Amino acid sequence: MVGDSNGIEVEGLVREFKDLRAVDGIDLAVAPGEIYGFLGPNGAGKSTTVHMLTTLLPPTAGRATVAGFDVVKNGPEVRRAIGAALQEAALDPLLTGRDHMRLQTALHGIPRHERAGRSDELLERVGLTLAADRRVRTYSGGMKRRLDLALALVHSPRILFLDEPTTGLDPQSRNALWGEVGRLAKEEGVTVFLTTQYLEEADVLADRVGIIDHGHIVAEGTPTDLKAQIGRPTVEITPADPEQRIRVAEILRRFGELVQVSPDSVAVRCAHGDLDLAEIIRTLDAEGLAVANLQLHAPSLDDVFLEKTGRTLEGAAAEADLDPEPEPARR
Amino acid sequence: MRDTLGQVYHLARRSVVRQARQPANVVAPIIFPLGLLAVNSGGLQPATAIPGFPTDRFVAFALAIPFMQGALFATMNAGTDLARDIQTGFLNRLSLTPVRGVALVVGQLAGVAFVATIQAVVYVLVAYAVHVHPAAGAAGVVVLLGLAIAIAIGFGAAGVFMALRTGSGESVQGLFPVLFVFLLVSSMNFPRNLIEAGWFRWLATVNPVSYLIEGLRSLIIEGWNGEALALAFAFSGILIALSLVASGFALRTRMTRT
Repeated sequence: MVGDSNGIEVEGLVREFKDLRAVDGIDLAVAPGEIYGFLGPNGAGKSTTVHMLTTLLPPTAGRATVAGFDVVKNGPEVRRAIGAALQEAALDPLLTGRDHMRLQTALHGIPRHERAGRSDELLERVGLTLAADRRVRTYSGGMKRRLDLALALVHSPRILFLDEPTTGLDPQSRNALWGEVGRLAKEEGVTVFLTTQYLEEADVLADRVGIIDHGHIVAEGTPTDLKAQIGRPTVEITPADPEQRIRVAEILRRFGELVQVSPDSVAVRCAHGDLDLAEIIRTLDAEGLAVANLQLHAPSLDDVFLEKTGRTLEGAAAEADLDPEPEPARR
Repeated sequence: MRDTLGQVYHLARRSVVRQARQPANVVAPIIFPLGLLAVNSGGLQPATAIPGFPTDRFVAFALAIPFMQGALFATMNAGTDLARDIQTGFLNRLSLTPVRGVALVVGQLAGVAFVATIQAVVYVLVAYAVHVHPAAGAAGVVVLLGLAIAIAIGFGAAGVFMALRTGSGESVQGLFPVLFVFLLVSSMNFPRNLIEAGWFRWLATVNPVSYLIEGLRSLIIEGWNGEALALAFAFSGILIALSLVASGFALRTRMTRT
């Protein structure tokens, strides 16, 4: 394949660290101009996959092409075609935003007379013009992420890798970053490979989502298609009297599979969809059980994750904290 | 080649800017060795009365020591800076650009050379301030600065190797006491020919640090001593070469980009 594609193709990609198989034979394809959300808990293999696709980590087995170039055989060509903002904005706290841009444009070989203009343009685009001459150690988390994005774009990459770009950001910064990523894909045709552990992020931003757990892709498709596969809504009930939770649970069990949503409530994935809701209310009323709160949840990507892995994304993240994925950079 | 030189320039610029924006990295390697020099010169002045001692002012004899101690600080600064780049992922950011490994190492060492130059100039000014005029004259001062910078780059390259090998700032700092032992068992405080304890004289003789100190010292108290200078430049050259080769191998392991 020649390097005229903006896509990503992965076949049987594996990465092992001593006894751990962090990525276990994944296959995926990302079309040019697409935003692909790679969703999974901490330790699922997301960052390891990104490190392999960005040529920072050689795969143990399998094959991947990025922008039409093999990530093992054509590392320099891949790097020329991609931009990457890896997990934890890797910035030098002693340098200013403009210092970073100057270094990055120079190392990417941008002609000297274009560097300042390109830097100014990108700093403006990410809203850092006024802060450009301040040292990065004075930046907020959101500003660092935006600078990170600007640095990833200095050489006008065709494919952009973003590894958990909004982790730790406030909603305003997160929305601003989502807006810019969406604009890059839609207006400039940049292919975006985005890892995230936030369901909402994948849902809002991604054209397609791959869900990874324990190094395997357990589901893949558009967010709408994935949720449609589940098809059944969840009814969550918080009894007025917390002592009645067990009785409420016994009743709800008649309508489908119980799921854990919060410690104060009882939830059931309705076997017959929305149709069960009226019957549930009638039954609770007949049993004399007062309800403090009732919510009908449409299927979410977390439900997809639960369906495919038997765990919620939050539960999987807690597990992963006990048994984390090795940091690829410190192998 | 032109691209590589450009990369070296920009990474060197970053290294120098980093050093200049951390006053502690510049000031501590000046204050600490000068403080020790003051204490040693005051306390050990009577040693100059020993027959055969090469000068009648201990401060002139000991002036070479700050250059060495400054070089040890350079080891720490260069190494810990690079280790931080590894730990924060900044090295990964650089790895995603077309930067060459050699530019990374040489650029980092430029910061060391910058600090070493400032240190050396200050030490020389202090020498003149206490009426120690380098015996080799103005040209000798230039050579003294050059040798001091070469020694600092050699030790700095060792720090860079340690950082690349371990990726840990703590490990780099752990190197400091080890190198300090080399300084202690050298001809730092006494000429080798006057050391009476046989085992210590043997250690000082096989210790390359002695020859680095003696080369610096020769310019201050003797004038032009070709043998001492040749040995000092040779050992600093060997240190630079070995550290750079080792750093090259360590970098290959550290930057596993395809």
